[in-house]
Amino acid sequence: MMTSLPLISILTFLPLVGVLLLLLLKPGSDHTAKWIALVVSTIVFLLSLLLWSGFDSSSSAMQFVENYAWIPSLNIRYHMGIDGLSLFFVLLSAFLTPICILAAWDSITHRPRDYMIAFLALDSLMIGSFCALDILTFYVFFEAVLIPMFLIIGIWGGERRVYAAFKFFLYTLTGSVLLLLAILWMSITAGTTDIPALAEFGFTAQAQFWLFLAFFIAFAVKVPMWPVHTWLPDAHVEAPTAGSVILAGVLLKLGGYGFLRLAIPIAPLAAHDFAPLIFTLSVVAVIYTSLVALAQTDMKKLIAYSSVAHMGFVTIGIFTLNFQGVEGSIFQMLSHGIVSGALFLCVGVVYDRLHSREIARYGGLASIMPHYAIVFMIFTMASIGLPATSGFVGEFLVLLGSYQVNFWLAFSTATGLILGAAYMLYLYRRVIFGKLVNSDLKGLADLGWREIAIFVPLIGLVFWMGIYPTSFTEPMVPTVKKIIADYDAALASPVAGSDPAAAAAAAAAAAEGDEAEPKKPAALILR
Amino acid sequence: MKSSDLLLLMPEIILAVGAMVALMVGVFTKGVLSARLTLTVSLAVMVLALVALWSSGQNQLVLDPFNGLLRLDGFGLYVKSLCLIGGAMALLMGWQWLERESLGRFEIPVLVVIAILGMWLMADAHNLLSLYVGLELQSLCLFVLAAINRDHRESSEAGLKYFLLGALSSGLLLYGASLIYGATGSLGFTEIAAAVKGMGAASLSLGLLMGMVLVISGLAFKISAVPFHMWTPDVYQGSPTPVTGFFAVAPKVAAMAPLVRLLVGPFAEMQESWQQIIILMAVASMVLGAFAAITQNSIKRLLAYSSIANMGYGLIGLAVGTVDGIAGLLLYLSIYAVMTVGAFGVILLLRRGGTSLDRLSDLAGLSKHHPKTAFALAVFMFSMAGIPPLAGFFGKYFIFLSAIDAGFYVLAVVGVLSSVVAAYYYLRIVKIIYFDEARSSFEAPGRIQSWVVGVAVVLIVGYFLLPNGLINQTRAAAAPLFKTEAE
Repeated sequence: MMTSLPLISILTFLPLVGVLLLLLLKPGSDHTAKWIALVVSTIVFLLSLLLWSGFDSSSSAMQFVENYAWIPSLNIRYHMGIDGLSLFFVLLSAFLTPICILAAWDSITHRPRDYMIAFLALDSLMIGSFCALDILTFYVFFEAVLIPMFLIIGIWGGERRVYAAFKFFLYTLTGSVLLLLAILWMSITAGTTDIPALAEFGFTAQAQFWLFLAFFIAFAVKVPMWPVHTWLPDAHVEAPTAGSVILAGVLLKLGGYGFLRLAIPIAPLAAHDFAPLIFTLSVVAVIYTSLVALAQTDMKKLIAYSSVAHMGFVTIGIFTLNFQGVEGSIFQMLSHGIVSGALFLCVGVVYDRLHSREIARYGGLASIMPHYAIVFMIFTMASIGLPATSGFVGEFLVLLGSYQVNFWLAFSTATGLILGAAYMLYLYRRVIFGKLVNSDLKGLADLGWREIAIFVPLIGLVFWMGIYPTSFTEPMVPTVKKIIADYDAALASPVAGSDPAAAAAAAAAAAEGDEAEPKKPAALILR
Repeated sequence: MKSSDLLLLMPEIILAVGAMVALMVGVFTKGVLSARLTLTVSLAVMVLALVALWSSGQNQLVLDPFNGLLRLDGFGLYVKSLCLIGGAMALLMGWQWLERESLGRFEIPVLVVIAILGMWLMADAHNLLSLYVGLELQSLCLFVLAAINRDHRESSEAGLKYFLLGALSSGLLLYGASLIYGATGSLGFTEIAAAVKGMGAASLSLGLLMGMVLVISGLAFKISAVPFHMWTPDVYQGSPTPVTGFFAVAPKVAAMAPLVRLLVGPFAEMQESWQQIIILMAVASMVLGAFAAITQNSIKRLLAYSSIANMGYGLIGLAVGTVDGIAGLLLYLSIYAVMTVGAFGVILLLRRGGTSLDRLSDLAGLSKHHPKTAFALAVFMFSMAGIPPLAGFFGKYFIFLSAIDAGFYVLAVVGVLSSVVAAYYYLRIVKIIYFDEARSSFEAPGRIQSWVVGVAVVLIVGYFLLPNGLINQTRAAAAPLFKTEAE
């Protein structure tokens, strides 16, 4: 098969080759730049399909593994590979990038070449993050994402773009520098930065508490979880359409992916202890941000808040730590990646025409843009989680998983479904139905060919995932089972490498909340 | 003193004689070409000295020529190379700027060469007296360089300020040296080490402690660590930009060397005592450097605070005081030097209508008129902010690795959080060059500056591809400092 080729490295670095090509272009050849970006990103997507076809769905082992020495003096390796968890995130990244480039085709007139460079760089970094099996390599990709995204929001964004770009950058950076410290500590304690090796290392319960705290801060900001979600609405509102698509579609998933890839395998005991806290925050996110979404007058902001709510589902699913919950949360992330991306594209369609995101400026679009109304409706329904759309499968599985944990958890999560239906239908009614009040809407053209070409694959996927989810869940099953099995094994066994008394004490302290954090001895802190 | 000792000192002798030759060339030639000729001679002298240094095999041996006044080892070699290359780059790329400002005097290259000679002595010094001589040699040159634009009020002010505070710090150092002499009966590092060991860490004399603190303070002035940083912003702003670029790299690296040599050498037994001081300076420098830079509107002042913060990060490596800590410090300094040279290279390019620009807002529109230069500056800023995969990230990574290894958790947390604050003002520069409305065009960049900046960008961006080489280099350079202690 393809295993002889370093397929993952090709996928990761091919977009960077595209970046180099674009850098060599003469200024002014914007049209060529767009074509280069589109062709390169499409090739990357097609190559990523080879990953899927070559993937062995019956195995939970890492596949397409590449492992080379990178910094031998510190035992840091360039270790890449995919399992059922990463596979579809890689595909999602590779799939959304050409769509973003197409979406920006006519609407970006300011420095289109640089825009394409930023998106190709993002493509490379996202794929790299999802494939990295060395924690430092992961961190490098994970952090480097900030640079192109900062520029995308800041250069091509809306009115308050500078504020939004800074907020996005600094929020995420603050979260991840603590992750960096955790990485440093682990690399010293365990003598390796290899993620599978770290998962097997078995840190003491107290260490797991601190490690999980670092992971939690980093990934909670990225997901984002309530109450550190406030950067997201700003970033979404100000980012250009394609920036929002990538942000909602892929970058948020890095948080959920981080929980599943790093936080839970490396610190399973702490994950168990933190689960109630995460449930609480997620339920608040689901209910509170749904209510906030109801009150929005800006379309992008509404969808941004709905993203926070949907990602709340995801974190609930992850931390149920049972099979249905975890699988549901992964599926929900994929579905949300496509649906929220598509919804931002829908907003982009009317924004390109009228340059307004105000809901009140629209209304009655059904009569003049019938195709648009249909497309928008499909994605609205998918966002609500109507059966036969992708949204249903993930939400259903998450609910199933959360019911096994606790009835009230499932109950409050389900409330979010109802609220989700409320704000999405309310949005749809105000934009699409009603009378055509604003006279300047009359001249609006319906979807063009380019826009239809963008939406057709998205619609296809939404139904495919909704009607026959097995194609997507099948490769995940062994990996999810392994995650759960490892987690259960870690909980069942007495804590490796530490005495049970300390573990119990730490667990008790963690359960009591922040006031009772086990304090480090002063001597340790300032030796 | 043996005559063979002179042979060991060949690189320094080349610098000294070369500086005099360059001076003669400058004095006895007339006309516009005089200064350029001196520059050429000076650069040739530096290249020659570097070649002599690298072929001396200094990294293989540990030698104490001149009755232990100097110590020649791999650490010295590394620091000396860094000073010389950084200094030469600053001079090379600044020359066109100096000529445009009609400051292209032949004295400047000569002073730079002599200053580098002083720095080399500092890096090699193994005796408080030779350290003082080296320090004074470089300081006197730097005072003159700061005030070289003597008809300009700010430049004169910078020179005077630098001189007064420099004199104060030299005084502190000298006073400290005399106290140490009183307590241990010697000025040589080897003898001091023996005396300290004899006293035992529990019964250190007060004179020795005071002496050590004063020596540390004197050197802290030179690396502009908080609370001895007050001169830095004014001197940075007032001095001609190429001189500032030189100040930001070479003297800091040079002053770090004796600090390292002293603290992990003779005072290694007193680590308990000096570690607290260094930690305090590191934290204060990082935090002040991060917060004070936020409100700056002058590019050079901003870079001054940034250099203060960067020295704070470097000091973490010193506070740890292990091979890895010192290696991390050297790596950090090397990457810092490349970023700083590059950043100053970009600033030198910023001229409009015959005057150089120093307001941050003047950067607006850089990305439109000079996209490559703008890209370079953005790379340096992201790198200074410590965003991977740029080299600045790896510099911070190794510093924090050594800190965590030594159990300095609080120090590491303060460090990373202040790096987030610092990221804000680095991003502000990126914001101005990329997000803000374009202004009128800049003057065309000079060729040499562009080359230097280009090389710096390649080094910073490409570092992640082969990070291992430099790590091994710095570890090899730090190792001899500790080897002799074991003997």
